[in-house]
This record gives sequence, structure tokens and C-alpha cells, in this order.
Amino acid sequence: MLRAEAITKTYRAAGGRLAAVDRASLVLERGARLGLAGASGAGKSTLAQVLALLLAPDSGSVTIDGDRVGAWGVRCRRELRHRVQLVFQAPRMAVDPRLRLGDAILEPLAASCLLPAGAGARRALLEGWALRVGLTSDLLERYPHEVSEGQLQRACLARALVVRPRYLICDELSSMLDVSTQAALLETIAAIQAEQALGVLLITHDRVLAGTWCEATIDISALSAASERDDAAATVRERPWNIRRFRSRGTFRSA
Amino acid sequence: MSARLEVVDLSVGFRTRRGIVQALTQVSVSVAPGERLLVVGESGSGKTVLAHALLALLPHNVDISGAIRLGDQALLELSPAELRRTRARRMALIPQSPASALNSVRRLGGQLVEAARARGLSEADARRRLRELLAELDLDLDAVGGRYVHQLSGGMQQRIVNAMALVGEPDIVIADEPTSGLDSDLVDTTAAQLRAISARGASLLVITHDLRLAERLGGRLALLYASRIVELGPTAAFFQAPSHPYGRELLRALPEREGKSIPGMSPQLTALPSHCAFADRCPDRFDRCGEAIPDLYPDPGGALARCFLHAAG
Repeated sequence: MLRAEAITKTYRAAGGRLAAVDRASLVLERGARLGLAGASGAGKSTLAQVLALLLAPDSGSVTIDGDRVGAWGVRCRRELRHRVQLVFQAPRMAVDPRLRLGDAILEPLAASCLLPAGAGARRALLEGWALRVGLTSDLLERYPHEVSEGQLQRACLARALVVRPRYLICDELSSMLDVSTQAALLETIAAIQAEQALGVLLITHDRVLAGTWCEATIDISALSAASERDDAAATVRERPWNIRRFRSRGTFRSA
Repeated sequence: MSARLEVVDLSVGFRTRRGIVQALTQVSVSVAPGERLLVVGESGSGKTVLAHALLALLPHNVDISGAIRLGDQALLELSPAELRRTRARRMALIPQSPASALNSVRRLGGQLVEAARARGLSEADARRRLRELLAELDLDLDAVGGRYVHQLSGGMQQRIVNAMALVGEPDIVIADEPTSGLDSDLVDTTAAQLRAISARGASLLVITHDLRLAERLGGRLALLYASRIVELGPTAAFFQAPSHPYGRELLRALPEREGKSIPGMSPQLTALPSHCAFADRCPDRFDRCGEAIPDLYPDPGGALARCFLHAAG
């Protein structure tokens, strides 16, 4: 079980600190599909990065299968980091444009000195993952600019899965794909999720998608106490050009 | 001053090392003043190339044939100078991402006035028109003019580029993926603004892969698949009962319908088949589909579909 308790993350902003995530708690079980919906600027991606152990929160705790996380980023031990993996929104920005798809998929293993010895074993491993995520082997030789967005997102999915995570966080993974590509990718994820008992957190602003694909959907604004959020918003009210205030409150006023 | 946009048999191919990439094949559409035409298709179907062809923004390695007419002007036959003038005075583009289309190190006022001056307005007229347009969009030129783009919310940025597109009353407004990456409430706002643009009398062409935006915009819809128009008809009819099997399967892929993907892949644009391009993925395929490319046949609902199912006899 991936459990986050009272996560708070603030960023420095003009005239003070801004709470992107305010005492949010959630639980993701293995084998479950949980949706996380919310408007842009509501802190979805910040929470995703905290859960993937990339970004240290100001306060709060994350526990993965009983192990409490004590450090984030490179200071966190690798085995723990590998348990939670993140697929990013924009695949073209998430992979090195100089790496062929096959090398990009194996990069996390190479970075962790976990690559199997021998070219044959590496090839077999790579083709196994390519098959699971629905990439044909000729695509593995191509560079990111030579494949479609949907194909590249599949490679990013394989790249997240090669380290055998127990939990997968998908941050708006399909918002730039057309509907058929999106449906195909989600079918693939559902199959892998069932096969490996992955806990999947699907982050999206598309509530319809979250509602149909996930077993349960939570709204980011419901994660933290509403009264606190109002206070946080009140502190930035004097700065009318604060982007976050406009986005998170959903009101656009000419100044 | 409003003029009809007519595209006749437009074909566009890119000469590349991998051969000719056929991005558009014999595309014919027209948009009357005040009308909305939505060009819908998956990535790689040719919809952005259509927008770029209209704006003469295609690169040099391109083979282009057919005709594009704006009123009585044949755009493909103009000299570069005439073309620049026509594009500046009569056409407008609402870019994909306002935040990156606006200059981030200049104040917005200067950029807005510059865009209006390019349409041929005098400095004073430019300011007056911009003030009116921004007021309609609930913004104040003096207030936003001194700001930089990052100081505005996404919704305000969208309104700025809309005002920039509308100043000087262009004949045709082209919006390229106007909602990519926007929240659903912002999509609603954008759809309302786009409808307002065509209500002012401009011809509006919207390029999008966002089917929900298309449904909200109404008007007419052209569905592109593998460089050709496969369905052309009223948007409402398309969402009720699409005539082409590809349209039907595409709607089934929407999460609120069935969320079911279309098996297989769209064909490579370097090697388009000489039969129906959708035949390999089509559940309704029959013998004839593997033999020839269908024409656009009228269906009972008044739409045109490139499918032998609708061929008479």
C-alpha cells in the first residue's frame, strides 16, 4: 500500500509562500486504479512528484508497503524509489532526443547498474517490454522524433515499468493524444496492471476519463481541508497577477 | 468585406529522404462568412498541414497542387509580396499555445498594437479598436497592456490572442488546436469565444483533435484520415450518427462512450494504399474496399462519406 499522510508542499512566490499541496492524504492499494482529478494549478503534479519520491514535501509522510520514506530524490535509496514510477505528460520532453527508443527504455536500468550482462539477455528483456506495451521491434531502433506521440508515450510507459515498480503514477499521460490512441494506451496499461498487480494513480483534468477508467476518483481539492485552502488563497489576493490564484479559483477578472 | 474561403483539390506532399510524405490528398472544402468548419483527425492525418497551407507557411520541400481561393484571390498564384499583404490583412491565426505564441519579454500592449498595425490600421485606430475588442472580452487595454504574458492566467492569455486575431476584421480566422492542455472549464470559455468570432461574420476554421470541443462548436465538420477527407457534414449529425466507419469507431473510443480503441494503425503517409486507407482496420470491410479508393458519397443524413457502404448500387 502506498500511503501519503498530510503532505504539504509550498513554493516561494512573490510576497510569501504558496501552498501547492496542503495537507493532502491518500492511499493507493496494489492492483487498484485510482483517479486524481482537479483543475490545472491545483497541485496535482506536485503531489505526483512527492509520491514518486522526486520532490521532498515540507511536511507529511509517505509510506510504501510499510517502509517509511525518509529522504527524497537521489538521497532516497534506490530500491524504494523503484517501487513508485511516474509517466510524464509530455513524452517528447521526457526522453533524451539522442537516445533510440530501445536505449531510452533500458536507461533506468543502466543508470541503476541493473542491466543484464550480455547483449542477448538485454535484447530479450527489451523485446519483452516492447511487446507488453505494444511497440514493434523496428520502432526500438528509431529516435524519438521519428515516432508518433502515442508510440513515444508507450516507450515512456515501458521505461517506467522496467524497474518493476509496484505503483505507477500517470500524470496526464493521454491529454495530448487523440481519443483512439488514448483508449489503446489505457487498454495496454489496464492489461499490465492486472498482470503485475500494479497500483495505478491516473492524474487527469478529464473527469469523464477518470470516472470511467478508474475504480474510484478523488478530487485534489477534496484532499485538504477547504477552510485552509481559502486562507491560503486569501494571502495571495493582494497580488492580482498571481497566475496560481486565477487558475486555482477558476475566475478570470480583468484588473 | 467578408469573403468565402474555398479549397479545391488541394494536395500537399513533402519531399523527404524517406520518399514523398503525402500529407493531403485532393482535399476540397469551403467556409462561408459566419460559418464554422471543424477539421478533425488524429495526429498525422494532415489537419495542421491544411492550416499551414492556407497560411502559406509550408516549408520549401513541398509539392502543392490544387487551388485555395479567398473571395476572388487565388492564394497559390499570388507573388510573395501580395501573399504577405493578403495574409496580414485578411487572415488571422489563433495559435496553439498563447503563452508561447506571445513574446514573453515584451509588454502585451505593444504586441497588440503591432498586430493591429500589420492589419493596416493607424496607431490611433489600432488602439481604439483594441480597446473595444478587449472590452468585449472583459479586459482593459490599459490594464493588460503594461503586463507581460506570464502575469496573466491561461484564460486571459487566450482572450489576448483572440483579440489579436480579430482586430482589423480578418476574412478568415484559423484556430490551431485552441484547447490543447486546457482545463474543461477553459475549454467551455474558449468554445464560447470561438462561436462569438464566427458570429461576427468571419469564416472560422478550427483544427482540433478534441472531439468534445468539436461537439460544443457545432457548425460543419471535416474528418481527415490518412491525408483525405473521409467524412464531411453537419457536426451535430456526425455526433449523432457518423456515416464513415472510421468516424463511428473514433466516437466509440471516447471514454464516455465505450473507451474502445481502433485496432491496428493508420497507414504510413509515405506508402498510402491504393484502396480505402481505413480498410485494414474497418469492421465493415468487404471485397470492394481492398480494390479502389472510394469517392465521397452522400449518405441519407446529408453528409458525405468516403465509403463504399454509401455508394449507390
